[in-house]
Amino acid sequence: MNGMTVAECLARDRYILDERECHIEVNQEVARATGTGKLLCRICPAHVYSEEPDGTISVEYAACLECGTCLAVAAPGALTWHYPRGGMGVQFREG
Amino acid sequence: MPESTHGAGLQSDVDFDVIVIGGGIAGTVCAYLLARAGLSTVVIERGEAVGSKNLSGGVLYTHSMRQVFPDFVEQAPIQRRITRNYINMLNADSSFAIDYNDMSLAEPANAVSVLRSSLDSWLAEQAEAAGAFIMPGVRVDRVLLSEDEGVRRVVGVQAGEDQLHAHVVVAADGVNSFIARQAGLRGKEPLHNLAIGVKSVIGLPASTIEDRFGVTGDNGAAWAVVGDCTEGLGGGGFVYTNKESLSIGIVLRLDALAQSGKTTTEVFDHFTDHPLIAPYLAGGELLEYGCHLIAEGGLKMLGEIVSDGLIVVGDAAGLTLNTGLTVRGMDLAVGSAIAGADAIRQAIAAEDVSRSGLSAYRSQLLESFVGKDLKTYATAPDFLERPRMYGDYGQLLAEILHGAFAHDLTPRRHLATIARAALKESPVKLKSVIGDAVTGARAL
Repeated sequence: MNGMTVAECLARDRYILDERECHIEVNQEVARATGTGKLLCRICPAHVYSEEPDGTISVEYAACLECGTCLAVAAPGALTWHYPRGGMGVQFREG
Repeated sequence: MPESTHGAGLQSDVDFDVIVIGGGIAGTVCAYLLARAGLSTVVIERGEAVGSKNLSGGVLYTHSMRQVFPDFVEQAPIQRRITRNYINMLNADSSFAIDYNDMSLAEPANAVSVLRSSLDSWLAEQAEAAGAFIMPGVRVDRVLLSEDEGVRRVVGVQAGEDQLHAHVVVAADGVNSFIARQAGLRGKEPLHNLAIGVKSVIGLPASTIEDRFGVTGDNGAAWAVVGDCTEGLGGGGFVYTNKESLSIGIVLRLDALAQSGKTTTEVFDHFTDHPLIAPYLAGGELLEYGCHLIAEGGLKMLGEIVSDGLIVVGDAAGLTLNTGLTVRGMDLAVGSAIAGADAIRQAIAAEDVSRSGLSAYRSQLLESFVGKDLKTYATAPDFLERPRMYGDYGQLLAEILHGAFAHDLTPRRHLATIARAALKESPVKLKSVIGDAVTGARAL
């Protein structure tokens, strides 16, 4: 947008990073076998998911906007996703 | 902690009469009504403040909110009164629009643009002033269940190491409602019932917004865009004017997006960078980027919303309505909060918070405008799944108008002749146009 990358867009948002707990976990085997991994990379508006050269899916949970779309499209068993702990994660100032 | 004064059919030792999980519109309005009725009520919100996890496209139809707060439009932190509805069928390098301007939509304000962070924090203040307790920064992990003679009943919530007990729990925890899932009321939703909304809020001076969108004073415009804004995928785009910013976004149906091979952010960029859209955003500063999952299934998504000791309201109950021209959720959330608070009040007074004691919630919801509108638009989601809606029709209309407006040296033809020729070239068949017109007229 406006020539900005997604990372630059996300830099405008306010986050409180939970350094103790990651709220997203990918089951690499299921993600690979079902194609969920590639789908997550395409669909997440915050580019939380990316595919490494070896095919594994890495997770940048700190960027998560907490919409839940990844969980809705993931094949059963491919993804564990819950909300971050109370007071953590994205904090919308506009909404 | 307030003590319970209720006897026999209710638990004896509770922290609150009612626990509301989630400080969105449904949760805060429900808590406000319960507190006003004299019930001890807590709203547990996982954001650092109420409103900080909440995001909507941005147009709220005010009728139900004005039922709860008669001076809502004057008192609440709304953005603009929507007096200009602009429906834009967008193609790659042309567009066709319907421009409905009506000053009478401002008084009383039929629809207003809102930003949820400020709106929801105002709603929480109203609930607090009525006597509700607001508990931000706390994530509810699950509901507490008790089993009595084979009946599982919700008796409270677990949040970290803390447990809170109440007569009734209200799941107002949004479209992902982990609480409704845990209680067995909702399963995994099929993708054609879901859509992803992506939105940017772009700061611009009020005078620039008023000049570009042709509105004055407190009035504002709401654009609904179909066609090339989603690169032809099921869904649409929107541009809403706030006081000093624009909310611009797309909504993409997840089945269409998953099948298409496209990337969400590329489709969003395609819309905001579109040569017929970008000029409206020019010079603006990105204030915030966000997204939200949307339940679009309408009536068929409204599943079980009452259980023993538990009701489900708002987005958590799947209450969103896509009528083709308007997408509504927030006014339905208010409707569910009204029906829910009423049923809870009656159930606690009758000392029966079982599924049957709370069943008035469902019947009152279905009798209210929420149920009536859900029934009216019951076939709209299926109709809107027809892919022609998102590309071919806009192209066809542009061809016809091109024939009417573009003057070269070829002899002029009547509009009907041009239309027939354009239809012949178009992948849309006359039979489909008639079929869609008939079905659309019935569905919408």
